[in-house]
Amino acid sequence: MKPLSRRTAEPESAAFPTRPYDLLKEFTIALVVVALLTAGLAALFSSPDDKPVTLAAWSAAAPGDFTATAVAELGATSMTAQYGPPYNDTPGAGQKIGPLGLQRAAGVRIPVDTAEDFVLRPLRQAPEPAEVTAALAAWSAASTDRQQTWTAAYADALGKAPNGDPTQVAPGDYGPVPALAGRLLTLAQAGGLDGQLLAQGHFYQTDYTKPVLFLADGTYLAGLADGQHLSGDQWGMMNETGNYPGQAWLWLYTFWYQIDPFKSSTNADALIWALMAVLSLGLVLVPFIPGVRSVPRWTKVYRLIWRDHYRGQR
Amino acid sequence: MSDPATSREVRSGGWTGAVRRYAVRTLPPEKLLPDTQPAYMASWIYVFGVLTVSALVVVVATGCLLALEGPGWWHVSSVGKYVNSLHLWSVELFMFFMVIHLWGKFFMAAWRGRRAMTWMTGAVCFLASVGAAFTGYLTQQNFDSQWISGQAKDGLNAVGIGAWFNVLDFGQMLMWHIVLLPLALGGLTGLHVLLVRRRGIVPPIDATVPTPGAVEGRL
Repeated sequence: MKPLSRRTAEPESAAFPTRPYDLLKEFTIALVVVALLTAGLAALFSSPDDKPVTLAAWSAAAPGDFTATAVAELGATSMTAQYGPPYNDTPGAGQKIGPLGLQRAAGVRIPVDTAEDFVLRPLRQAPEPAEVTAALAAWSAASTDRQQTWTAAYADALGKAPNGDPTQVAPGDYGPVPALAGRLLTLAQAGGLDGQLLAQGHFYQTDYTKPVLFLADGTYLAGLADGQHLSGDQWGMMNETGNYPGQAWLWLYTFWYQIDPFKSSTNADALIWALMAVLSLGLVLVPFIPGVRSVPRWTKVYRLIWRDHYRGQR
Repeated sequence: MSDPATSREVRSGGWTGAVRRYAVRTLPPEKLLPDTQPAYMASWIYVFGVLTVSALVVVVATGCLLALEGPGWWHVSSVGKYVNSLHLWSVELFMFFMVIHLWGKFFMAAWRGRRAMTWMTGAVCFLASVGAAFTGYLTQQNFDSQWISGQAKDGLNAVGIGAWFNVLDFGQMLMWHIVLLPLALGGLTGLHVLLVRRRGIVPPIDATVPTPGAVEGRL
Protein backbone atom coordinates (compact mmCIF):
# COMPACT_ATOMS: atom_id res chain seq x y z
CA MET A 1 0.00 0.00 0.00
CA LYS A 2 1.38 3.39 -0.96
CA PRO A 3 1.86 5.88 1.83
CA LEU A 4 -0.41 8.87 1.66
CA SER A 5 2.31 11.29 0.62
CA ARG A 6 3.15 9.35 -2.57
CA ARG A 7 -0.36 9.34 -3.86
CA THR A 8 -1.58 11.91 -6.29
CA ALA A 9 -1.73 15.47 -5.00
CA GLU A 10 -4.71 16.15 -2.79
CA PRO A 11 -7.40 18.26 -4.45
CA GLU A 12 -8.07 21.73 -3.02
CA SER A 13 -11.03 21.81 -0.65
CA ALA A 14 -12.33 24.88 -2.51
CA ALA A 15 -12.88 22.73 -5.61
CA PHE A 16 -15.65 20.69 -3.91
CA PRO A 17 -19.34 21.54 -3.70
CA THR A 18 -20.18 23.70 -0.72
CA ARG A 19 -23.00 24.29 1.72
CA PRO A 20 -23.91 27.39 3.74
CA TYR A 21 -21.99 27.74 6.98
CA ASP A 22 -21.84 30.42 9.68
CA LEU A 23 -18.48 30.25 11.41
CA LEU A 24 -19.13 32.91 14.05
CA LYS A 25 -22.60 31.58 14.88
CA GLU A 26 -21.16 28.09 15.39
CA PHE A 27 -18.40 29.46 17.61
CA THR A 28 -20.87 31.51 19.68
CA ILE A 29 -23.16 28.53 20.22
CA ALA A 30 -20.18 26.33 21.15
CA LEU A 31 -18.93 28.96 23.60
CA VAL A 32 -22.31 29.23 25.32
CA VAL A 33 -22.66 25.43 25.51
CA VAL A 34 -19.16 24.99 26.99
CA ALA A 35 -19.68 27.85 29.46
CA LEU A 36 -22.98 26.35 30.65
CA LEU A 37 -21.48 22.86 30.86
CA THR A 38 -18.55 24.23 32.88
CA ALA A 39 -20.88 26.12 35.22
CA GLY A 40 -22.94 22.99 35.76
CA LEU A 41 -19.97 20.72 36.42
CA ALA A 42 -18.44 23.27 38.80
CA ALA A 43 -21.71 23.61 40.72
CA LEU A 44 -22.18 19.84 40.91
CA PHE A 45 -18.66 18.67 41.68
CA SER A 46 -16.75 21.74 42.97
CA SER A 47 -12.95 21.22 43.17
CA PRO A 48 -10.59 19.49 45.61
CA ASP A 49 -8.65 21.60 48.09
CA ASP A 50 -7.06 19.50 50.83
CA LYS A 51 -4.90 21.68 53.05
CA PRO A 52 -1.13 21.44 52.55
CA VAL A 53 0.93 19.73 55.24
CA THR A 54 2.93 22.18 57.33
CA LEU A 55 6.09 21.29 59.20
CA ALA A 56 4.14 22.17 62.35
CA ALA A 57 1.39 19.69 61.50
CA TRP A 58 3.91 16.99 60.57
CA SER A 59 5.99 17.40 63.74
CA ALA A 60 2.86 17.36 65.91
CA ALA A 61 1.26 14.36 64.22
CA ALA A 62 4.42 12.27 63.78
CA PRO A 63 7.22 13.51 66.06
CA GLY A 64 9.13 10.26 65.60
CA ASP A 65 9.18 10.56 61.81
CA PHE A 66 10.05 14.25 62.02
CA THR A 67 12.96 13.57 64.38
CA ALA A 68 14.26 10.64 62.32
CA THR A 69 14.15 12.85 59.21
CA ALA A 70 15.91 15.73 60.98
CA VAL A 71 18.67 13.35 62.12
CA ALA A 72 19.04 12.03 58.57
CA GLU A 73 19.34 15.62 57.29
CA LEU A 74 21.95 16.35 59.95
CA GLY A 75 23.95 13.22 59.13
CA ALA A 76 23.57 13.76 55.34
CA THR A 77 21.91 10.38 54.85
CA SER A 78 18.46 11.62 53.79
CA MET A 79 17.09 11.29 50.26
CA THR A 80 17.81 14.97 49.56
CA ALA A 81 21.31 14.80 51.03
CA GLN A 82 22.12 11.86 48.73
CA TYR A 83 20.18 13.24 45.72
CA GLY A 84 22.94 14.71 43.58
CA PRO A 85 22.29 17.52 41.07
CA PRO A 86 20.65 19.99 41.07
CA TYR A 87 20.80 20.04 44.91
CA ASN A 88 24.27 18.74 45.74
CA ASP A 89 27.27 16.99 44.27
CA THR A 90 26.95 13.55 45.88
CA PRO A 91 29.49 11.32 44.07
CA GLY A 92 27.85 8.82 41.72
CA ALA A 93 24.34 10.25 42.19
CA GLY A 94 22.28 11.16 39.15
CA GLN A 95 20.25 9.18 36.64
CA LYS A 96 21.45 8.27 33.17
CA ILE A 97 20.00 7.43 29.78
CA GLY A 98 22.47 4.76 28.74
CA PRO A 99 25.83 6.54 28.94
CA LEU A 100 24.20 9.98 28.89
CA GLY A 101 24.13 11.63 32.33
CA LEU A 102 22.04 14.77 31.80
CA GLN A 103 21.32 15.17 35.51
CA ARG A 104 24.99 15.53 36.39
CA ALA A 105 25.67 17.59 33.27
CA ALA A 106 23.15 20.21 34.45
CA GLY A 107 25.20 20.71 37.62
CA VAL A 108 24.31 21.95 41.10
CA ARG A 109 22.08 24.95 40.35
CA ILE A 110 19.82 24.82 43.44
CA PRO A 111 22.31 24.11 46.23
CA VAL A 112 20.89 22.47 49.35
CA ASP A 113 23.05 21.61 52.37
CA THR A 114 20.58 19.56 54.38
CA ALA A 115 22.38 19.80 57.74
CA GLU A 116 22.93 23.54 57.46
CA ASP A 117 19.68 24.54 55.71
CA PHE A 118 17.21 22.25 57.47
CA VAL A 119 18.66 21.95 60.98
CA LEU A 120 21.63 24.10 62.01
CA ARG A 121 20.68 27.50 60.56
CA PRO A 122 17.09 27.40 61.83
CA LEU A 123 18.43 26.51 65.29
CA ARG A 124 20.94 29.35 65.25
CA GLN A 125 18.35 31.85 64.04
CA ALA A 126 15.80 30.94 66.71
CA PRO A 127 16.07 32.05 70.36
CA GLU A 128 18.73 29.69 71.60
CA PRO A 129 18.68 28.02 75.03
CA ALA A 130 22.11 27.48 76.61
CA GLU A 131 22.05 23.73 76.02
CA VAL A 132 21.40 24.29 72.30
CA THR A 133 24.25 26.81 72.10
CA ALA A 134 26.50 24.18 73.65
CA ALA A 135 25.15 21.48 71.33
CA LEU A 136 25.75 23.64 68.25
CA ALA A 137 29.29 24.37 69.44
CA ALA A 138 29.97 20.68 70.07
CA TRP A 139 28.63 19.79 66.62
CA SER A 140 30.76 22.40 64.88
CA ALA A 141 33.89 21.35 66.76
CA ALA A 142 33.52 17.66 65.88
CA SER A 143 35.01 16.03 62.82
CA THR A 144 32.72 14.86 60.00
CA ASP A 145 33.37 11.23 60.97
CA ARG A 146 32.43 11.93 64.56
CA GLN A 147 29.28 13.77 63.49
CA GLN A 148 28.22 10.85 61.32
CA THR A 149 28.91 8.35 64.11
CA TRP A 150 26.63 10.33 66.44
CA THR A 151 23.79 10.66 63.90
CA ALA A 152 24.05 7.00 62.85
CA ALA A 153 23.92 5.84 66.47
CA TYR A 154 20.98 8.10 67.28
CA ALA A 155 19.10 7.12 64.10
CA ASP A 156 19.61 3.47 65.02
CA ALA A 157 18.39 4.07 68.57
CA LEU A 158 15.35 6.00 67.30
CA GLY A 159 14.49 3.09 65.06
CA LYS A 160 14.52 0.77 68.07
CA ALA A 161 12.50 3.06 70.34
CA PRO A 162 8.76 2.26 70.69
CA ASN A 163 6.99 4.02 67.75
CA GLY A 164 10.25 5.85 67.04
CA ASP A 165 9.41 8.08 69.99
CA PRO A 166 12.42 10.34 70.70
CA THR A 167 11.48 10.51 74.39
CA GLN A 168 11.95 6.75 74.72
CA VAL A 169 15.36 6.40 73.07
CA ALA A 170 17.79 4.23 75.04
CA PRO A 171 20.76 6.09 76.58
CA GLY A 172 23.89 6.14 74.43
CA ASP A 173 26.72 8.22 73.00
CA TYR A 174 24.84 10.47 70.59
CA GLY A 175 26.83 13.64 71.25
CA PRO A 176 24.78 16.83 70.73
CA VAL A 177 22.35 15.17 68.28
CA PRO A 178 19.42 14.61 70.71
CA ALA A 179 19.63 18.22 71.89
CA LEU A 180 19.69 19.55 68.30
CA ALA A 181 16.90 17.27 67.06
CA GLY A 182 14.82 17.90 70.17
CA ARG A 183 15.09 21.66 69.83
CA LEU A 184 14.21 21.49 66.13
CA LEU A 185 11.13 19.43 67.01
CA THR A 186 10.06 22.06 69.56
CA LEU A 187 10.59 24.83 67.02
CA ALA A 188 8.62 22.94 64.38
CA GLN A 189 5.73 22.14 66.72
CA ALA A 190 5.52 25.82 67.67
CA GLY A 191 5.22 26.70 63.95
CA GLY A 192 8.52 28.58 63.74
CA LEU A 193 10.31 26.22 61.37
CA ASP A 194 7.85 26.69 58.48
CA GLY A 195 8.71 30.38 58.21
CA GLN A 196 12.43 29.85 58.79
CA LEU A 197 12.87 27.27 56.03
CA LEU A 198 10.91 29.42 53.60
CA ALA A 199 12.32 32.87 54.35
CA GLN A 200 16.03 32.09 54.91
CA GLY A 201 16.95 35.74 55.33
CA HIS A 202 14.44 37.23 52.89
CA PHE A 203 11.19 39.04 53.57
CA TYR A 204 9.39 38.17 50.33
CA GLN A 205 9.70 34.58 49.20
CA THR A 206 7.91 32.33 46.72
CA ASP A 207 10.33 29.41 46.53
CA TYR A 208 9.20 26.37 48.54
CA THR A 209 12.06 24.11 47.46
CA LYS A 210 13.56 23.59 50.91
CA PRO A 211 10.39 23.02 52.98
CA VAL A 212 9.01 20.60 50.37
CA LEU A 213 12.29 18.68 50.14
CA PHE A 214 12.42 18.38 53.93
CA LEU A 215 8.78 17.23 54.07
CA ALA A 216 9.32 14.73 51.26
CA ASP A 217 12.30 13.19 53.06
CA GLY A 218 9.99 11.95 55.82
CA THR A 219 7.43 9.18 55.54
CA TYR A 220 4.47 11.20 56.85
CA LEU A 221 3.68 13.03 53.58
CA ALA A 222 4.05 9.84 51.53
CA GLY A 223 1.72 8.02 53.94
CA LEU A 224 -0.97 10.66 53.47
CA ALA A 225 -0.51 10.54 49.69
CA ASP A 226 -0.77 6.76 49.69
CA GLY A 227 -4.09 7.04 51.51
CA GLN A 228 -5.25 9.38 48.74
CA HIS A 229 -4.22 6.95 45.93
CA LEU A 230 -1.41 9.30 44.86
CA SER A 231 1.66 7.05 45.18
CA GLY A 232 3.80 6.21 42.20
CA ASP A 233 2.51 2.61 42.05
CA GLN A 234 -1.06 3.96 42.19
CA TRP A 235 -0.65 5.93 38.94
CA GLY A 236 0.74 8.71 41.09
CA MET A 237 0.62 12.32 40.10
CA MET A 238 -1.98 12.03 37.35
CA ASN A 239 -4.49 11.64 40.20
CA GLU A 240 -5.56 14.24 42.72
CA THR A 241 -7.18 14.10 46.13
CA GLY A 242 -10.80 12.99 46.21
CA ASN A 243 -12.78 11.51 43.34
CA TYR A 244 -11.71 13.91 40.61
CA PRO A 245 -10.41 13.11 37.15
CA GLY A 246 -7.03 14.73 37.80
CA GLN A 247 -4.56 14.91 34.93
CA ALA A 248 -5.94 11.94 33.00
CA TRP A 249 -3.94 13.07 29.95
CA LEU A 250 -0.75 12.02 31.78
CA TRP A 251 -1.86 8.36 31.68
CA LEU A 252 0.83 7.29 29.22
CA TYR A 253 3.62 8.96 31.22
CA THR A 254 2.38 7.38 34.45
CA PHE A 255 1.80 4.03 32.74
CA TRP A 256 5.51 3.39 32.18
CA TYR A 257 6.16 3.61 35.93
CA GLN A 258 3.83 0.63 36.44
CA ILE A 259 5.74 -1.85 34.24
CA ASP A 260 9.19 -3.36 33.88
CA PRO A 261 11.89 -2.57 32.99
CA PHE A 262 11.09 0.94 34.16
CA LYS A 263 9.57 0.28 37.57
CA SER A 264 12.61 -1.68 38.73
CA SER A 265 15.22 0.59 37.14
CA THR A 266 17.29 3.06 39.14
CA ASN A 267 17.18 5.28 36.04
CA ALA A 268 13.39 5.03 35.65
CA ASP A 269 12.73 8.78 35.60
CA ALA A 270 15.39 9.53 32.99
CA LEU A 271 14.41 6.58 30.80
CA ILE A 272 10.70 7.42 30.92
CA TRP A 273 11.36 11.09 30.14
CA ALA A 274 13.54 10.07 27.20
CA LEU A 275 10.84 7.70 25.97
CA MET A 276 8.13 10.34 26.32
CA ALA A 277 10.30 12.88 24.50
CA VAL A 278 10.65 10.47 21.58
CA LEU A 279 6.91 9.68 21.59
CA SER A 280 6.00 13.38 21.79
CA LEU A 281 8.30 14.14 18.87
CA GLY A 282 6.70 11.23 17.05
CA LEU A 283 3.25 12.74 17.64
CA VAL A 284 4.35 16.06 16.18
CA LEU A 285 5.99 14.36 13.18
CA VAL A 286 3.23 11.83 12.41
CA PRO A 287 2.76 13.19 8.86
CA PHE A 288 6.35 12.22 8.02
CA ILE A 289 6.61 8.79 9.67
CA PRO A 290 6.08 5.94 7.20
CA GLY A 291 3.66 3.36 8.50
CA VAL A 292 2.22 5.56 11.23
CA ARG A 293 0.88 8.07 8.69
CA SER A 294 -0.81 5.21 6.85
CA VAL A 295 -2.71 3.91 9.90
CA PRO A 296 -5.80 6.01 9.06
CA ARG A 297 -6.01 4.37 5.63
CA TRP A 298 -5.63 0.88 7.12
CA THR A 299 -8.15 1.33 9.91
CA LYS A 300 -10.79 2.91 7.61
CA VAL A 301 -12.31 4.92 10.46
CA TYR A 302 -12.39 7.77 7.95
CA ARG A 303 -15.14 5.98 6.04
CA LEU A 304 -17.34 6.43 9.09
CA ILE A 305 -16.47 10.11 9.40
CA TRP A 306 -17.15 10.85 5.73
CA ARG A 307 -19.86 8.22 5.25
CA ASP A 308 -22.21 10.72 3.57
CA HIS A 309 -19.53 11.62 1.04
CA TYR A 310 -18.69 8.00 0.19
CA ARG A 311 -22.38 7.05 0.07
CA GLY A 312 -22.92 9.84 -2.45
CA GLN A 313 -20.04 8.56 -4.58
CA ARG A 314 -21.53 5.08 -5.05
CA MET B 1 4.76 46.09 -20.35
CA SER B 2 3.17 47.00 -17.02
CA ASP B 3 1.93 50.51 -16.25
CA PRO B 4 4.59 52.20 -14.04
CA ALA B 5 1.91 54.00 -12.03
CA THR B 6 0.05 50.75 -11.26
CA SER B 7 3.30 49.01 -10.42
CA ARG B 8 4.21 51.82 -8.00
CA GLU B 9 0.78 51.56 -6.41
CA VAL B 10 1.07 47.80 -6.04
CA ARG B 11 4.44 48.11 -4.34
CA SER B 12 3.56 51.10 -2.15
CA GLY B 13 3.35 51.15 1.63
CA GLY B 14 6.83 49.90 2.46
CA TRP B 15 7.03 46.98 4.93
CA THR B 16 3.49 47.61 6.13
CA GLY B 17 2.09 47.49 2.63
CA ALA B 18 4.07 44.35 1.84
CA VAL B 19 2.78 42.59 4.97
CA ARG B 20 -0.80 43.69 4.17
CA ARG B 21 -0.54 42.41 0.61
CA TYR B 22 0.92 39.12 1.82
CA ALA B 23 -1.82 38.72 4.47
CA VAL B 24 -4.65 39.46 2.03
CA ARG B 25 -3.10 37.19 -0.61
CA THR B 26 -2.60 34.36 1.87
CA LEU B 27 -5.84 34.72 3.75
CA PRO B 28 -8.41 36.68 1.76
CA PRO B 29 -11.47 37.68 3.86
CA GLU B 30 -13.66 34.98 2.33
CA LYS B 31 -11.15 32.36 3.51
CA LEU B 32 -10.63 33.92 6.92
CA LEU B 33 -14.34 34.23 7.70
CA PRO B 34 -16.09 31.86 5.31
CA ASP B 35 -19.86 31.61 4.95
CA THR B 36 -19.66 28.30 3.10
CA GLN B 37 -17.84 25.04 3.77
CA PRO B 38 -17.22 21.93 1.66
CA ALA B 39 -20.27 19.68 1.64
CA TYR B 40 -18.19 16.70 2.81
CA MET B 41 -17.73 18.45 6.17
CA ALA B 42 -20.73 16.66 7.63
CA SER B 43 -19.86 14.83 10.84
CA TRP B 44 -20.08 15.48 14.57
CA ILE B 45 -16.32 15.03 14.81
CA TYR B 46 -15.89 18.50 13.28
CA VAL B 47 -17.59 20.06 16.29
CA PHE B 48 -14.70 19.16 18.59
CA GLY B 49 -12.34 21.69 17.02
CA VAL B 50 -14.59 24.65 17.80
CA LEU B 51 -15.48 23.12 21.18
CA THR B 52 -11.76 23.00 22.01
CA VAL B 53 -11.28 26.67 21.13
CA SER B 54 -14.44 27.58 23.09
CA ALA B 55 -13.23 25.68 26.14
CA LEU B 56 -9.85 27.47 25.87
CA VAL B 57 -11.69 30.80 25.96
CA VAL B 58 -13.51 29.69 29.13
CA VAL B 59 -10.22 28.46 30.66
CA VAL B 60 -8.53 31.82 30.00
CA ALA B 61 -11.56 33.82 31.18
CA THR B 62 -11.88 31.89 34.47
CA GLY B 63 -8.11 32.09 34.94
CA CYS B 64 -8.34 35.88 34.54
CA LEU B 65 -11.10 35.95 37.18
CA LEU B 66 -8.83 34.04 39.57
CA ALA B 67 -6.01 36.46 38.76
CA LEU B 68 -8.15 39.44 39.83
CA GLU B 69 -7.95 38.39 43.48
CA GLY B 70 -4.67 36.47 43.43
CA PRO B 71 -3.66 32.85 43.98
CA GLY B 72 -4.76 32.61 47.64
CA TRP B 73 -8.32 33.88 47.13
CA TRP B 74 -10.05 30.65 46.25
CA HIS B 75 -8.90 28.96 49.46
CA VAL B 76 -10.75 31.45 51.68
CA SER B 77 -13.79 32.53 49.64
CA SER B 78 -16.79 30.48 48.50
CA VAL B 79 -17.05 32.64 45.37
CA GLY B 80 -13.36 32.08 44.76
CA LYS B 81 -13.82 28.34 45.25
CA TYR B 82 -16.55 28.32 42.62
CA VAL B 83 -14.40 30.30 40.18
CA ASN B 84 -11.58 27.81 40.78
CA SER B 85 -14.03 24.98 40.09
CA LEU B 86 -15.01 26.70 36.84
CA HIS B 87 -11.33 26.89 35.93
CA LEU B 88 -10.75 23.22 36.79
CA TRP B 89 -13.75 21.87 34.89
CA SER B 90 -13.15 24.07 31.85
CA VAL B 91 -9.63 22.60 31.73
CA GLU B 92 -11.02 19.07 31.96
CA LEU B 93 -13.45 19.84 29.12
CA PHE B 94 -10.73 21.57 27.09
CA MET B 95 -8.42 18.55 27.32
CA PHE B 96 -11.28 16.12 26.61
CA PHE B 97 -12.41 18.04 23.51
CA MET B 98 -8.84 18.46 22.30
CA VAL B 99 -8.01 14.75 22.60
CA ILE B 100 -11.18 13.80 20.65
CA HIS B 101 -10.32 16.47 18.06
CA LEU B 102 -6.77 15.13 17.79
CA TRP B 103 -7.88 11.51 17.32
CA GLY B 104 -10.48 12.61 14.80
CA LYS B 105 -7.87 14.47 12.76
CA PHE B 106 -5.53 11.49 13.01
CA PHE B 107 -8.09 9.10 11.55
CA MET B 108 -8.84 11.66 8.80
CA ALA B 109 -5.09 11.83 8.03
CA ALA B 110 -5.71 15.55 8.18
CA TRP B 111 -2.10 16.40 7.35
CA ARG B 112 -2.67 15.59 3.66
CA GLY B 113 -2.47 18.32 1.02
CA ARG B 114 0.22 20.60 2.53
CA ARG B 115 -1.45 20.51 5.95
CA ALA B 116 1.51 19.00 7.87
CA MET B 117 2.15 22.32 9.63
CA THR B 118 -1.49 22.42 10.74
CA TRP B 119 -1.09 18.99 12.33
CA MET B 120 2.25 19.93 13.89
CA THR B 121 1.00 23.16 15.46
CA GLY B 122 -2.00 21.24 16.80
CA ALA B 123 0.22 18.55 18.32
CA VAL B 124 2.47 21.19 19.90
CA CYS B 125 -0.67 22.89 21.26
CA PHE B 126 -1.57 19.60 22.95
CA LEU B 127 1.90 19.31 24.52
CA ALA B 128 1.84 22.97 25.62
CA SER B 129 -1.61 22.38 27.14
CA VAL B 130 -0.27 19.44 29.15
CA GLY B 131 2.46 21.75 30.46
CA ALA B 132 0.00 24.55 31.21
CA ALA B 133 -2.34 22.22 33.10
CA PHE B 134 0.59 20.67 34.97
CA THR B 135 1.86 24.04 36.20
CA GLY B 136 -1.72 24.80 37.26
CA TYR B 137 -1.74 21.74 39.47
CA LEU B 138 1.62 22.85 40.92
CA THR B 139 0.32 26.29 41.88
CA GLN B 140 -2.85 25.30 43.70
CA GLN B 141 -1.15 25.83 47.08
CA ASN B 142 -2.73 22.72 48.60
CA PHE B 143 -1.84 19.10 49.30
CA ASP B 144 -2.10 18.17 45.63
CA SER B 145 0.47 20.73 44.56
CA GLN B 146 2.76 19.76 47.43
CA TRP B 147 2.66 16.08 46.50
CA ILE B 148 2.67 16.49 42.71
CA SER B 149 5.65 18.87 42.81
CA GLY B 150 7.58 16.51 45.09
CA GLN B 151 6.98 13.64 42.67
CA ALA B 152 7.45 15.57 39.44
CA LYS B 153 10.82 17.02 40.41
CA ASP B 154 12.49 13.62 40.02
CA GLY B 155 11.55 13.25 36.36
CA LEU B 156 12.62 16.78 35.50
CA ASN B 157 15.83 16.56 37.53
CA ALA B 158 16.73 13.20 35.96
CA VAL B 159 17.06 14.80 32.51
CA GLY B 160 18.62 18.06 33.72
CA ILE B 161 15.54 20.24 33.15
CA GLY B 162 14.82 20.60 36.86
CA ALA B 163 17.98 22.65 37.32
CA TRP B 164 16.25 25.50 35.44
CA PHE B 165 12.56 24.60 35.67
CA ASN B 166 12.10 24.12 39.42
CA VAL B 167 8.66 22.68 40.14
CA LEU B 168 9.13 23.38 43.87
CA ASP B 169 9.44 27.11 43.19
CA PHE B 170 5.86 28.37 43.42
CA GLY B 171 6.72 31.80 42.03
CA GLN B 172 8.43 30.40 38.94
CA MET B 173 5.63 27.92 38.26
CA LEU B 174 2.94 30.60 38.69
CA MET B 175 4.68 32.79 36.10
CA TRP B 176 4.86 29.88 33.67
CA HIS B 177 1.22 29.05 34.33
CA ILE B 178 -0.28 32.51 33.95
CA VAL B 179 2.13 34.21 31.54
CA LEU B 180 4.52 32.11 29.48
CA LEU B 181 2.46 29.01 28.69
CA PRO B 182 -0.82 30.88 28.02
CA LEU B 183 1.06 33.19 25.64
CA ALA B 184 2.62 30.23 23.86
CA LEU B 185 -0.64 28.30 23.76
CA GLY B 186 -2.64 31.32 22.63
CA GLY B 187 -0.15 32.09 19.87
CA LEU B 188 0.03 28.50 18.70
CA THR B 189 -3.75 28.14 18.73
CA GLY B 190 -4.10 31.32 16.67
CA LEU B 191 -1.54 30.04 14.18
CA HIS B 192 -3.25 26.63 14.07
CA VAL B 193 -6.66 28.19 13.33
CA LEU B 194 -5.20 30.49 10.66
CA LEU B 195 -3.53 27.48 9.00
CA VAL B 196 -6.86 25.64 9.01
CA ARG B 197 -8.49 28.64 7.34
CA ARG B 198 -5.65 29.00 4.85
CA ARG B 199 -5.55 25.37 3.69
CA GLY B 200 -9.25 24.66 4.09
CA ILE B 201 -10.86 21.52 5.48
CA VAL B 202 -9.03 18.39 4.34
CA PRO B 203 -10.99 16.46 1.69
CA PRO B 204 -11.98 12.82 2.30
CA ILE B 205 -9.27 10.24 1.60
CA ASP B 206 -9.11 9.40 -2.12
CA ALA B 207 -11.78 11.99 -2.90
CA THR B 208 -11.80 13.34 -6.42
CA VAL B 209 -13.13 16.71 -7.47
CA PRO B 210 -16.58 16.27 -9.01
CA THR B 211 -16.59 16.97 -12.72
CA PRO B 212 -18.43 20.13 -13.81
CA GLY B 213 -22.08 19.43 -14.40
CA ALA B 214 -22.14 16.47 -12.04
CA VAL B 215 -23.20 18.67 -9.16
CA GLU B 216 -25.86 21.32 -9.29
CA GLY B 217 -24.05 24.27 -7.78
CA ARG B 218 -24.10 24.66 -4.05
CA LEU B 219 -25.57 21.91 -1.93
